[in-house]
Amino acid sequence: MPTGAAGSSTSPHSPVGQGSDIALAVDQLSKSFHANGRVVQALDKVSFSVRHGRVTGLIGPDSAGKTTLMRLAAGLLVPDSGSITVLGKNAATESLAVQGSIGYMPQRFGLYEDLTVQENLDLYADLQGVAVARRADRYRELLQMAGLEPFTRRLAGQLSGGMKQKLGLACSLVRQPALLLLDEPTVGVDPLSRRELWAIVNRLVRNEHTTVVLSTAYLDEAERCDEVFLLHDGRLLDQGDPKVLRDRMQGRTFAVTTESLSKRSLQAHVSQAPGVVDALIQGEHVRLVMAEATTPRLDALLPGIENARITAVPPRYEDNFIALLKSQPQPDGAPAVKPALSRVLSSARTAQGEAIIKVDQLERRFGSFRAVKNVSFAVSRGEVFGLLGANGAGKTTTFRMLCGLLPASGGSLKVAGVDLRHAPAAARARIGYMSQKFSLYGHISVIENLRFFSSAYGLSRKRAEQRMQWAMAEFALAELADAASGDLSLGYKQRLALACALMHEPDILFLDEPTSGVDPLARREFWQRINTLAEQGVTIMVTTHFMEEAEYCDRLAIMVAGEILTTGTPTAIKREARTEAVSDPSMEDAFIGLIEAQTRADNQTVPSP
Amino acid sequence: MTEPEPRHDSAAPGTFGMRLRGLIRKEFLQIFRDPSSIAIAFLMPVVLLLLFGYGVSLDSESIPVALVVEQPSADTTSFTAAFHKSRYFVPTSYATTRAAETDMMAGKVNAIVVLRQDFAQRLYRPDSAPIQLIVNGVDANTARIISGYVEGVWGTWLEHVALARGESLATPVQIEQRVWFNSELRSRNFLVPGLIAIIMTLIGALLTAMVMAREWERGTMEALMVTPVTMSEVILGKLIPYFILGMGGLALSVAMALWLFNVPLRGSSWMLFGASALFMLTSLGMGLFISTLGKSQFVAGQIAIITTFLPAFLLSGFIFDIGSMPAVVQTITHVVAARYYVAILQTVFLAGNVWSVILPNLLGLGVLTLIFLGLTYRKSRKRLE
Repeated sequence: MPTGAAGSSTSPHSPVGQGSDIALAVDQLSKSFHANGRVVQALDKVSFSVRHGRVTGLIGPDSAGKTTLMRLAAGLLVPDSGSITVLGKNAATESLAVQGSIGYMPQRFGLYEDLTVQENLDLYADLQGVAVARRADRYRELLQMAGLEPFTRRLAGQLSGGMKQKLGLACSLVRQPALLLLDEPTVGVDPLSRRELWAIVNRLVRNEHTTVVLSTAYLDEAERCDEVFLLHDGRLLDQGDPKVLRDRMQGRTFAVTTESLSKRSLQAHVSQAPGVVDALIQGEHVRLVMAEATTPRLDALLPGIENARITAVPPRYEDNFIALLKSQPQPDGAPAVKPALSRVLSSARTAQGEAIIKVDQLERRFGSFRAVKNVSFAVSRGEVFGLLGANGAGKTTTFRMLCGLLPASGGSLKVAGVDLRHAPAAARARIGYMSQKFSLYGHISVIENLRFFSSAYGLSRKRAEQRMQWAMAEFALAELADAASGDLSLGYKQRLALACALMHEPDILFLDEPTSGVDPLARREFWQRINTLAEQGVTIMVTTHFMEEAEYCDRLAIMVAGEILTTGTPTAIKREARTEAVSDPSMEDAFIGLIEAQTRADNQTVPSP
Repeated sequence: MTEPEPRHDSAAPGTFGMRLRGLIRKEFLQIFRDPSSIAIAFLMPVVLLLLFGYGVSLDSESIPVALVVEQPSADTTSFTAAFHKSRYFVPTSYATTRAAETDMMAGKVNAIVVLRQDFAQRLYRPDSAPIQLIVNGVDANTARIISGYVEGVWGTWLEHVALARGESLATPVQIEQRVWFNSELRSRNFLVPGLIAIIMTLIGALLTAMVMAREWERGTMEALMVTPVTMSEVILGKLIPYFILGMGGLALSVAMALWLFNVPLRGSSWMLFGASALFMLTSLGMGLFISTLGKSQFVAGQIAIITTFLPAFLLSGFIFDIGSMPAVVQTITHVVAARYYVAILQTVFLAGNVWSVILPNLLGLGVLTLIFLGLTYRKSRKRLE
């Protein structure tokens, strides 16, 4: 084989790498990629080691280098310098031997969608050289673990996101591997499936003594690991037991409430106060992370504000992460983040209270598939309204109908007083839309993108010039005006996309998964802008699968399988989910509770096939 | 440590057969579940063959031609009668050359035959040109055919005249035309074999490049690569199923050629299938090589169409004769695998097992097969970069 030394003389029988306690060792590992004439340093002299029989997390936002590290460990990439040793073997030179003893699940699960569940398992069993005699037992174990027993004859493409994820996991486990690598296994699947995946991972470690290394961008998952390695921009920032890391923040986290300010202005106020590292809206209060472990004085925090209350709250792993990131120098000399938009719109829209979006019995069919069914809700002017749900829940389809991009199959929808089913063009002039992938033209520059969107919205030349200057100033894009937008970092792409969607000063802003993939700091900055917009009377509709972001919304609707399960304020939704076992449920608990209730209802009404 | 070490398996050695079988079975399952593969392998041959077999004909029959007789006489009447009798021409008489030219401009006639005033005198003078032929040369191929046909009519007529007068003909050389191999001059007889080359190119190069790119696009290649599978197995796992599919398409096309279009098969069928198997390998080699360059289905499809399908159509001698191409283009045709295959196909179908033609072409195919499969093997590394 052209892979050279990896050769054919591999596949030893003896269990590998058990001589030492280390399953995976990374030493001074560097890897760069060349793209469009630029060099991207994906990993920069990273060193760490992973111990056997534990769950280890690689934590970091997109482009932190997680996937590159996973692929290097699997022998799919060759390092520029440094080495990576997997189960005692060099992953670059003995890649075939490494591949013969690990399990690996890539980001998109690596399933053949036109093969059935059973056929996928058979294929991977063949490829992994699992003896035919042992397959029946192993299949039974894996299918039971993944809850896929009733679906062996179903095509993988027809499984839900969560089921695909579990099938992908089962396929990577057909030959009981010593080390399991999972590359972002929980992206885009619903919280229930996430929780189930974690249960499987824990069982593997406990019962089969498998070592698990997984990467994730969800910071709340870090706390479920035995050890985490924190990657940022290709460098290792921090490492250790997440609980220990979290406890470093002991005494530095507080919740503030007051009746005299809206939660958004409260957040804006306290985030400017000295000593505040992070301020986030969480339900009705604002959660603070302080630079030091002393209870902040209210008069320093909120000068001139009466009846504010402050209570200590337990720290989370994320607090440590944010504090760490904020102490880092800004990468590539980016201009300091502006705290908020001074003035987004030339005229603030103050009239509040009236319903600006009204949706009634909305339905959308694709063939016989009902992607959206019986969806009804109303959004008032100046409200931040969230649609929460997993991939495939129907959020994007609902959005496209609201923007007039997709005709509805049934029901009525009015946006800004215009019936979208009859006059979509009139409604479109009053809305801004920012799509999942930041629909920018990658090959043209920042300023050209802005100019294009101004002309697409029919702005006069003078007006367009004003708005472009505004966008450059507000979003700190001036220095990058001539850079091709495809070369921008994800955070800047997000800023530019938002600027483009605001060129015509819309009444309503639709944000479809606006923060997926961007790092937590960029996400915070983005939400600050959104809050400012809302304060100025712009109505915001946002979809997200980050449970934590749901807390920033005034009200939200939880969607599962094309239907809205519940609508209400974050606090009310969480209160509904309160049970004896869970006295203070998180948004994720509430979400899972709703899905489970729904499943129970389905099982009662629909006889199982 | 007292606890018994749990068993973690490494891939067993010597499971080459198992891995390959798994890959091949997977590929066939995908082929049968994906209507587009079946369409390219079996529906496309039928459509192309029906289209070219019935719809496209390069035969020139009933060509509209203008006859301008400046001074009618017994000789001219007998000559124009010869045009009327020919099945190749539909003649119309014009009084003046000018009128005929106008109609040629309008595309109503494709050629003008002018019989001058002194037609009778010139006829018997040895070194003179008694008739003038003006041909619409826009379509060079048809123009050449027309001028050939007119010469034929002229020659035959001269012969008749000479015989009738009992004189020996003034022309020094007698041309007696005989068409070999395709004596009925049916274009179908050489189009249909040539078409088989196109069909095999589609299955081998286009389909294979696309399904390989699909694995990259859907992320399944990444998952495949992290199993103990070797790249040779991945390549063989694609080669074998699509080879079988291609030979199936070939069998279907040959059956249609023989029994639907009555194309003669003068060579042996083992020669036909043997050469086709070799071409199928070349074609698969090209497809797999393309898939190492373009890893999205769109790009792979574009490259495959531009570098394999279009050359097979234009540069293989399937429709356009290679001998009449400019020297540069002729040189380029040497890297077009379909060129060798078309030559073999047309020979095997219409002439027989003519080794002097078949051997060099087989050699050409063999060399290209080695080059493409070799390049694929070299370029395919179990890496994602």
